[in-house]
Amino acid sequence: MNTFTKITVTESKLFLRTPMWALFGILLPPALLLGIGAIPGMSQPSEVTAGFRFIDLWVPSLIVVSLAMLALQAIPGAVATYREQGVLRQLATTPVHPANLLGAQLLIHVVVALAGVALVLGLGHAVYDVPLPRHPLTFLVTLLLGTVSVFALGLIAAAVARTAKSAGGLAMIAFFPIMFFGGVYLPRPLLPDVLRRIGDYVPPGTQPLQDAWVGNGVQPLQLAVLAAFAVAGTALAARLFRWE
Amino acid sequence: MPLIEVTDLRKRYGNRVAVDGVSFSVERGEIFGILGTNGAGKTTTVECLQGLRRADAGELSVLGLNPATDRAALTRRVGVQLQESQLPAKLRVREALELFASFYPNPADVDLLLDQLDLRDHARSYFGKLSGGQKQRVSIALALVGNPELAILDELTTGLDPHARRDTWKLVEAIRGAGVTVLLVTHFMDEAERLCDRVAIFDAGHVVATGTPAELRATAGESTLDDAFVSLTGSAR
Repeated sequence: MNTFTKITVTESKLFLRTPMWALFGILLPPALLLGIGAIPGMSQPSEVTAGFRFIDLWVPSLIVVSLAMLALQAIPGAVATYREQGVLRQLATTPVHPANLLGAQLLIHVVVALAGVALVLGLGHAVYDVPLPRHPLTFLVTLLLGTVSVFALGLIAAAVARTAKSAGGLAMIAFFPIMFFGGVYLPRPLLPDVLRRIGDYVPPGTQPLQDAWVGNGVQPLQLAVLAAFAVAGTALAARLFRWE
Repeated sequence: MPLIEVTDLRKRYGNRVAVDGVSFSVERGEIFGILGTNGAGKTTTVECLQGLRRADAGELSVLGLNPATDRAALTRRVGVQLQESQLPAKLRVREALELFASFYPNPADVDLLLDQLDLRDHARSYFGKLSGGQKQRVSIALALVGNPELAILDELTTGLDPHARRDTWKLVEAIRGAGVTVLLVTHFMDEAERLCDRVAIFDAGHVVATGTPAELRATAGESTLDDAFVSLTGSAR
């Protein structure tokens, strides 16, 4: 087995042996969905949300929450804990390149994120009749790009933070804007126009996700920006990475 | 040509001088001891040898390589046991060895290593559940898993009980017996006396003496290496 495969398999085992983040990433979004949906009126069309059901508008934001949590809390936390405990120091004495570790963390969390999203879509559809993506393939591509774009930001925090605590703090710099522009605090249709436009390009790409969902065409420029975030972020993380 | 050659190594952290003109060399097949009290500059010197730190000045050659610029080549041929080795608590011993083996072009046989280090019964144990001595043996195994030409062992027996210490010493002799050069960093004089062919005594960033344990005893006019060490390193106090 080559180094990357081996490190990914080993990290996956470790991830499953302390399943807090896995359960969190996979189960929290569906739990929130069911919780919100159970509030009377949330799954009924409303005047306030221009005749839409709140829950339909909120599902994309729910995806943003779960991606941001994994990207900006779970990934930096995992790597910085290794740094704090001296595990990275041990690795620094070997020929292994740090990109192997970052790549493995990225891959594992992408799988968890996709599982969480799939669960939200499935449950939302089954329980509250939230429509499934109209363009499933475009949606999947956008989701993958969006996920990696926001995970790349988490990798930067993971590359430099000395302790798990400071990793969480550092990641917060990106966390709040992402939640805000993703319509988590205030549904995106209610945001001022200029902020909504900026938000169109902020990872993980709530607007292109929504477009793929309802069957509008996805703006190529928005996807390109997500891809740029993904590439630049992971490259920067590999460059800034420090063992101690 | 010596396996390690250090000439006039210097390193400071801010205003504090950690290593102040250190020179010594290690021949292939030796067990070479680096002795000194805490803060004498041992760890900094060893970290420069590994390429983990960059020297401010001086010439360094390890296996004919420059640690500062040839780190990738060096790490393939040098095994390192860290003072406080840490692995994820939920990683099993065998998994750790197999993982680290995958980093090297020509790794040791993991089963053989488990037998040699008496870890066979703990192959499936979590690292976090091991005793101090068992963790120490795992960290030695990690230093050997790449089939190194040079093993750097840092404070190998700190925190071990007398039985575990003696077992570990036998192990170091076995490692050398297999043709691996050993650089042993320690502050235990009995350990150095028992294991080392030659030692360098560090004091306040300098090498104050180099030689076989017997030579150092004779130079200092003392009957034990412990006494010789005290009389050789007293100057800074």
